[in-house]
Amino acid sequence: MNFDFSDDQKLLQQTARDFLEEHSPLAVCREILESDQPYKKELWRGAAEMGWQGAVIPEEYGGAGFGHLELAMIAEEIGRALAPIPFGPSVYFFTEAILRAGTDAQKKKYLPSLANGDAIGTFALAEKPGQNDVEAVAAKVSAGKLSGTKMPVIDGDIATLAVVAANGDKGLSLYVVDLTGKGVTRKPLQSFDPSRSMAQIDFDDAPAELLGQEGHGAELTARLLDRAAVLTAFEQLGAAQACFDGTKEFTLGRYAFGRPVASFQAIKHRLADMWCELELARSNAYYGAWALSGYEPELGVAACIARIQASEALNLLSEEMIQMHGGVGYTWEYDCHLFYRRAKVLAALLGSPAAWKDKLVDRIEAGDSD
Amino acid sequence: MDFNDTPEEAAFRAEARAWLDANAKLRGPDDAPADVLGERAGDKIIKAAQAWQKKKADAGWACLTWPKEYGGRGATAIQSVIWNQEEARYNTPPNIFGIGLGMCGPTILTHGTAKQKEQWIPQLLSGEKIWCQLFSEPAAGSDLAGLRSTAVRDGKDWIVNGQKIWTTGAHFCHWGILVVRHDATVAKHSGLTYFVVDMHAKGIEVRPITQINGGQGFNEVFFTDVRIPDANRLSEIGNGWAVALTTLMNERASIGGGGGGSVSDLIKLARRVQIGGRPAIEDNAVRQQIARFYTRNKGVKMTGSRTLSALSQGKTPGPESSLGKLVGAKNAQEMAAFAIELQGTSGMLNDPVETSGLAEWQARYLAIPGLRIAGGTDEILRNIISERVLRLPPESRADKGMAFKDIPTGPPSR
Repeated sequence: MNFDFSDDQKLLQQTARDFLEEHSPLAVCREILESDQPYKKELWRGAAEMGWQGAVIPEEYGGAGFGHLELAMIAEEIGRALAPIPFGPSVYFFTEAILRAGTDAQKKKYLPSLANGDAIGTFALAEKPGQNDVEAVAAKVSAGKLSGTKMPVIDGDIATLAVVAANGDKGLSLYVVDLTGKGVTRKPLQSFDPSRSMAQIDFDDAPAELLGQEGHGAELTARLLDRAAVLTAFEQLGAAQACFDGTKEFTLGRYAFGRPVASFQAIKHRLADMWCELELARSNAYYGAWALSGYEPELGVAACIARIQASEALNLLSEEMIQMHGGVGYTWEYDCHLFYRRAKVLAALLGSPAAWKDKLVDRIEAGDSD
Repeated sequence: MDFNDTPEEAAFRAEARAWLDANAKLRGPDDAPADVLGERAGDKIIKAAQAWQKKKADAGWACLTWPKEYGGRGATAIQSVIWNQEEARYNTPPNIFGIGLGMCGPTILTHGTAKQKEQWIPQLLSGEKIWCQLFSEPAAGSDLAGLRSTAVRDGKDWIVNGQKIWTTGAHFCHWGILVVRHDATVAKHSGLTYFVVDMHAKGIEVRPITQINGGQGFNEVFFTDVRIPDANRLSEIGNGWAVALTTLMNERASIGGGGGGSVSDLIKLARRVQIGGRPAIEDNAVRQQIARFYTRNKGVKMTGSRTLSALSQGKTPGPESSLGKLVGAKNAQEMAAFAIELQGTSGMLNDPVETSGLAEWQARYLAIPGLRIAGGTDEILRNIISERVLRLPPESRADKGMAFKDIPTGPPSR
């Protein structure tokens, strides 16, 4: 049994951590949060120079040719740093979509510019508030032209490319759309976490290129969401670990009634519980990474439990982080709210944990898994 | 990253399986579970368990990690886990040697003299003698070092008086490990001494404790002027706490979070009962709960896989393994409570005949509170995690440095 990352993979993780500690301390996340800039361009460029955007893109398309276990290690560090870049939507979803469903021509066309950071990809599934089932999609494609409205689209204001779910002649399908082309109108929306930007996109006869088989958009979307869920779980895990470390450090240094706050059982026992939630999230995320790295039959269940536990752990830890900091935790000046905000964006990004729980029971029943 | 055995582990597994195939039958779906928590083992079970243990000992499969000179196999920790996984697949008698082999044996091997090891270890290993643990007292549970049973020196013997509690198997055991206070004028951890006691000695009385589920797995053990030879003392006078810690560390490694029922059983129940005229499994509130239980169970299991990976790499898992029981037992209790809720008004019943397939959950719900207490309560496990994993400051202790006799006590419990 070797249910752990290899030394080489851990070394890659350490390199990523060192890079982000230098180039993306929390002050960088705050800078984007407080400014009108949608993302930190220099950091995006720097990540591309490190080869991160192209981590799993084969070398023939300009990527680094790593596996998903390596990408998971990078994701954990991006999460820990709350890096304000459009990494997840572009790498975990758009790039994966081209790799899994693209034709050779599409791979040649898109992957090199994704790998070097020139292109930013995203995905546009949701159209309105509520659970975004594929049945609810109203956008339409006719004769290669897309019409409809998508909101919210993460990074919709800055992405150059999007995978869009729309109904074609043979039913729901996925399409690649050039967001810089004609027929595309973008309107920025206020984000719950302004270090990550959101937009509404109106498509009016925008040229749309079929991705994968026409009429099979629902299955393909589910597959792609599973892959993105595992990688996003690592971002959530990294952020949750940072919440935990910051809270522990603060409660050890803060004195009340003549003792460190972290010496009170009321705090110690909650820190123990938080640690348990974090470790469960780590274990389930590892399981997801294992499934993603070549054990596809288990990916359906593994992606669900990775996403559910990572979302719940980060929600809990970011809430407790503010609570255990006391009054200062509620100030703009302290960084607790950066985690509190990111937690909710990451939990909502691929559909709510409640939707993933429903999906999990379907999959347990289908597989009769114990 | 993979879940497979290394070639060496696979070879060991095949060896274990070959011996088991030749000596036992695979456990069928209708065979009784190996876990008999809360059941009072009778003569028949004890004889069968002893015969099986003897068979294993003769073939070198009794205590894998123990040194060969004491009848062990000198095996690695991961090999021991592999053996346990394999043995669990076979219909073997209930394991009544867990305390002896898991806790008493390792303690004697660590702290005993050559003569003591020779006297006790071979018969312990072969199952000829069965052992129990006499640690907890009515007034000393989580605060074990607050125990009050006394030992007074009398020539070559010690005279022991007091009461022990929660002693699994005391009614059929031959030997017990015992911690008692020999000096109440020093600080509480310093006044303790550790003995091995003959359970048939004069002055020992064993009374069963009836649990909330009606089972009688535990006993109270009363000591009235019990004479223990000084030769049965383990380690020095006053070193009892250090020896007890050796025992307890082995205990935590051996108590898991099992016995809670599976999510697939819960799904079967949710298909069988209805909500609003439809199978409960179609109800979203039910699905949300099932998904939560499954996610947490799997998280505990995957955390176990990470621990096994550490073992496989030759590392020693530490206090991190407290997570399994802390999360697992609570999750099991919530699952059983939810299953009873799913039964609607039939949740009032506990009738294995008339409501077969349902009452198992009531039985579990009655058994699980014991899991959350035995071998370290949820609260003690949180202390262990916060102090030994997270390195947070220790609890401030009101009795620190005080002579034991001066430590305040509450009113006597019943």
